[in-house]
Amino acid sequence: MGRQTLDHLDALESQSIFIFREAFNRIEDLAMLWSLGKDSNAMLWMVRKAFFGHVPFPLIHIDTHYKIPEMIAFRDQLAKDWNLNLIVGSNDKALAEGMGPDKGRVNCCTALKTNGLKKVVAEGGYKGLIAGIRRDEEGTRAKERVFSPRGENAAWDYRDQPPEFWEQFNTDIPPETSLRIHPLLHWTEIDIWRYIAREGIPVPDLYFAKDGKRYRSLGCAPCTGSIESTASNVQEVIAELEATRVPERAGRAQDQESEDAFERLRVEGYM
Amino acid sequence: MGTITKLHADRQPLKITFVGHVDHGKSTLVGRLLHELNALPEGKVEAIQAQCKKRGMPFEWAFLMDALQAERDQGITIDTARIWFSTDQRDYVIIDAPGHKEFLKNMVTGAAGSDAAILTIDAHEGVQEQTRRHGYLLHLLGVKQVVAVVNKMDLVDYSEERFNEVSAELEDYLGKLGVTPDFIIPASGREGDNIAKWSENLSWYDGPTVAQSLDMFADGATAEDLPLRFPIQDVYKFDQRRIIAGRIESGTLKVGDVLNFSPTGKSARVSSIEAWPENAVVSTACPGQSVGITLDEQIFVERGQMAAPVDQTPIETNLVKARVFWMGSNPLKIGNRYKLKLNTTEVSAEVVKIEKVIDATNLSTTEGDEVTQNSAAEVVLRARSVIAFDDYAEHPDTGRFVLVEDYTIVGGGIVVANKSQVEIKSKNITAVEHKVSAESRTAMNSHTGGVLWLTGLSGSGKSTLAIELEKQLHLRGFQTYVLDGDNVRSGLNKDLGFSPEDRNENIRRIGEVANLFADAGFIVISAFISPYQEDRDGVRAIKPDLFHEVYIEADVPTCEARDPKGLYKKARAGKIPEFTGISAPYEAPVNPELVVPTSKQTVGESLEFLTRYVDETFVADGKSKKTA
Repeated sequence: MGRQTLDHLDALESQSIFIFREAFNRIEDLAMLWSLGKDSNAMLWMVRKAFFGHVPFPLIHIDTHYKIPEMIAFRDQLAKDWNLNLIVGSNDKALAEGMGPDKGRVNCCTALKTNGLKKVVAEGGYKGLIAGIRRDEEGTRAKERVFSPRGENAAWDYRDQPPEFWEQFNTDIPPETSLRIHPLLHWTEIDIWRYIAREGIPVPDLYFAKDGKRYRSLGCAPCTGSIESTASNVQEVIAELEATRVPERAGRAQDQESEDAFERLRVEGYM
Repeated sequence: MGTITKLHADRQPLKITFVGHVDHGKSTLVGRLLHELNALPEGKVEAIQAQCKKRGMPFEWAFLMDALQAERDQGITIDTARIWFSTDQRDYVIIDAPGHKEFLKNMVTGAAGSDAAILTIDAHEGVQEQTRRHGYLLHLLGVKQVVAVVNKMDLVDYSEERFNEVSAELEDYLGKLGVTPDFIIPASGREGDNIAKWSENLSWYDGPTVAQSLDMFADGATAEDLPLRFPIQDVYKFDQRRIIAGRIESGTLKVGDVLNFSPTGKSARVSSIEAWPENAVVSTACPGQSVGITLDEQIFVERGQMAAPVDQTPIETNLVKARVFWMGSNPLKIGNRYKLKLNTTEVSAEVVKIEKVIDATNLSTTEGDEVTQNSAAEVVLRARSVIAFDDYAEHPDTGRFVLVEDYTIVGGGIVVANKSQVEIKSKNITAVEHKVSAESRTAMNSHTGGVLWLTGLSGSGKSTLAIELEKQLHLRGFQTYVLDGDNVRSGLNKDLGFSPEDRNENIRRIGEVANLFADAGFIVISAFISPYQEDRDGVRAIKPDLFHEVYIEADVPTCEARDPKGLYKKARAGKIPEFTGISAPYEAPVNPELVVPTSKQTVGESLEFLTRYVDETFVADGKSKKTA
C-alpha cells in the first residue's frame, strides 16, 4: 500500500539512506565502521535498504581484544549470515606492549581504538569512513557535521567546520585528508530501538536483562558498565527508555575521566 | 546530550533553531526552558554546577548546550548543538545556533532545514548586527515561522516601554524581509520570566510564554501538493536490475507514471519501485522518501538529471539568477568560477553579473563588482552546462544551491528567476589569444581534449553512438564535435574517391583534423569504419597521447541483421564492390583503449560505457563517476 506521508521512523530512515547514497557516489574509497552495537546494526540494515540488499563497501571492526566475548560471536555469525566483507583491525603493537585500561582509560582508547582504526584506514587507503554516532549521545557529537572533514592524521578541527546548507554536504576534500560520514546523526537512542523493533534487526543479547542487569551501551568489557534492569526484550527496553532520565553513556567509564575526556578523544580521531 | 525520551514514533518532531546576536542569551534560554519543562537528563544540573564551580562562576545554563571545552571557557557557543524533548502536544528538536559573526556558517548549519526559529534579542542592547544578519539568513534559508524573544528583561527593570522600542525596531527590519514574527515575547532566561511560567514581573504582557509559543507553531510543511521532483542520485547495477536511485523532493511518484528526465528530455515509464527486503511492495512514494525505480525503457540516465512529470518539467538553462549569501573569505567577483551544487548536479559556473550587493545588516543595496564575506547579493551565474532546477518561490527544495571554492562551501543561494525570465543562451565564448596553453584550455573546459576514434563494421552503431555521445557531453558542458562521413566527405575530402589510395588519404586527413580539434581542447568523436590497423596506427602516431581507439564491436551477422542503410543487402547483391565485412576485410583493433560490445547491450548501456570512459579519462579535476 502506498503511504502519503512518512512517519517519524520512515523520515529518519529515508534521510539516512540519502546520506549513504551520497557517500557511495561521491567517495571513491569508502568503508563503514561496525561496532556491533545497536546503532551500527541498525545502520547496516539501512545500508542494505539503500543498496537493495547489497553492502557495497567493506565493514571495519576494531578489535581491542577487550571486547565482551558475546560481541565477537555475534559479529562472526552475522558476517557469515549476511555475507559481509568484514575487515578486523587491531593495534597489535600496543597490545604486545601491554596496553590496557590500567594505563589510563583515555590512553587505552586512543591506542587501541583510535590508533587501531588509523592503521586499518591507512592500510586500506580509505578516504571516507561511515560511523554510526548520534547527536543525542554526547555533547561533542551533537556538534558534528553529517560529512565531517578530517585533517591529516584524522584530526577533527571542531573550531572550523564547514557549513551544511540544507543537504548539500561537504564532499570535496583536499588530498591527504578524509571524511567521516555520520548517517545516524539525527536519530535518538529511542528512535534506534523503535526501528530495531519495527524492522526485526538482530542485536547482541547483552542489551537484554539477565539476572537484573543489562548493557545500555556496548564497548570494551573493562570500561563498560551494565545497568540495573528487567528489560529482557526490545519492547521492554523501549518501555524502560520511555521512563528513564539517565543518559545513555553513563556506563562508559572513559567519558567520565575528566570534563573534556571525550572531547579530547574525538579531536584525535575517535569515533 | 542525555537522551530526552518520550518522543513519539508516529510523528515527526518539529525542528526549532534558537538564533540571535552573540551574548543575547540563546543558550541560557534553551537551558532554562528545558529545565522548566523537566526535560533534562539526570545528573545534568549537578554536572553543570560542578563545571561552574571549577571556573569560579555562578550557575550557567548555557553549559548545557556548550559542550566543547573552548565554549565553556570563553562563554560563547561555537557550534550548533541539538537537544530533543517533548511537550504534551508535540515532539521537538531544539537547535542552539551560535551568535558570533565568526561562526555564521555554524548558525547556517543549525538553521537550514528548521521548521521554525526563536530569535533572541537582548532587551538592553536591542537589535544588533547578528540579529539582523540572522533575520536575513532565516529568510534566505526559508524558515518562515519566527517567534522573537526580547530577553534579559530583568536588566531593563521589566520596562514595557523598552520592550515596545525593541519590538518596533525588530518588526521594522523583519518587515522589509517579508518576515512577520508570530509573537514577540518579553522574557528573562536567567530569572525564568515567561519561559514556561507566566511572570508577575511582566504583568503588562498577556501573550504566550516561550514554551506555549512552541506548541503554537504549525507542523513542518510537506511538499506533496507540488509537482513531482526526483533528482537522480545514482544508477545501480548490483544485479540484473538497473535501479535509478534518488529522493523525492516534492510530489508523488507511482508505478506507471511517465517521467521526463531533464535536461536530456528523454522519457520513460516507471516499471517498479524497488525495495528491500523484497516482500516490501511499494507502488507509491511521497516527498522525503528515498527510493529506487526501474524504467520500462533503457534510456540514458545519470546522477544530476531530474525526473518530473512530462507536462510539469523544471527550468532547464545554463543561466541562473539567484540571491546568494556569501561566506567565503575571498570575495565573490564577476568572472570568478565556482562549483555549483544544486540538487544532485555539480557543475562549474561563472559569475557573469552582480546585480546588487545587499548589506544583510540594514538591507541597503549598492552596485559593485564583488561581494565580501557575510554579505548577500543578487547575481547571475552561467553554468558550464544546461541544468535543471526550479524557482525557489514556487519550489523551495529544488531551487537552492551552494557554491564551492577549492574544497570549501563558500556560499548558499536561492533561485529567484522564473521560467519566462530565463532563456538558454549560447555557450560562453572567450576570445582566444595567440598562445593559449593546453592547461588553460583544460582549466576553462574542465576536461582535456582528445580523439575518440570509433571503429567498427557498417551497422555496428558508430554513428548512433557518436551522435548520442556528442549530445550527452554537450548538455554537460563538454566541448565536443563529431567527425563523420557527412561532414568530411562534403568539403574537406570532396576531391577523394574510393580507391585504396584515396581511402588511405581520407583517413589521414580526418586524423589530422581530429588532432587539431583535440589540440583546441575538444573531445572529437570520429565515426568511420577505418578497417585497417595500419591506417588507425597512422592516426595514433600523430599525437599518441590524444588518441583513443574505441572498438565498436558487433559481428557481421549482427550488423547485417540491423542493416540500417540497406548496404549489406546491396553488397550481397554485388552492387557495392569491396564492402567491408562482405567483400573486403575488417581488421579488428589489436589493443584498443575501449571495447563497446554493441551486440550484447542496449544503446543506453553502450552510451553509459562511453560516458564513463570520458569521465574517467578526460575530466581533469572532478572525480570520475563511480561504477556500481
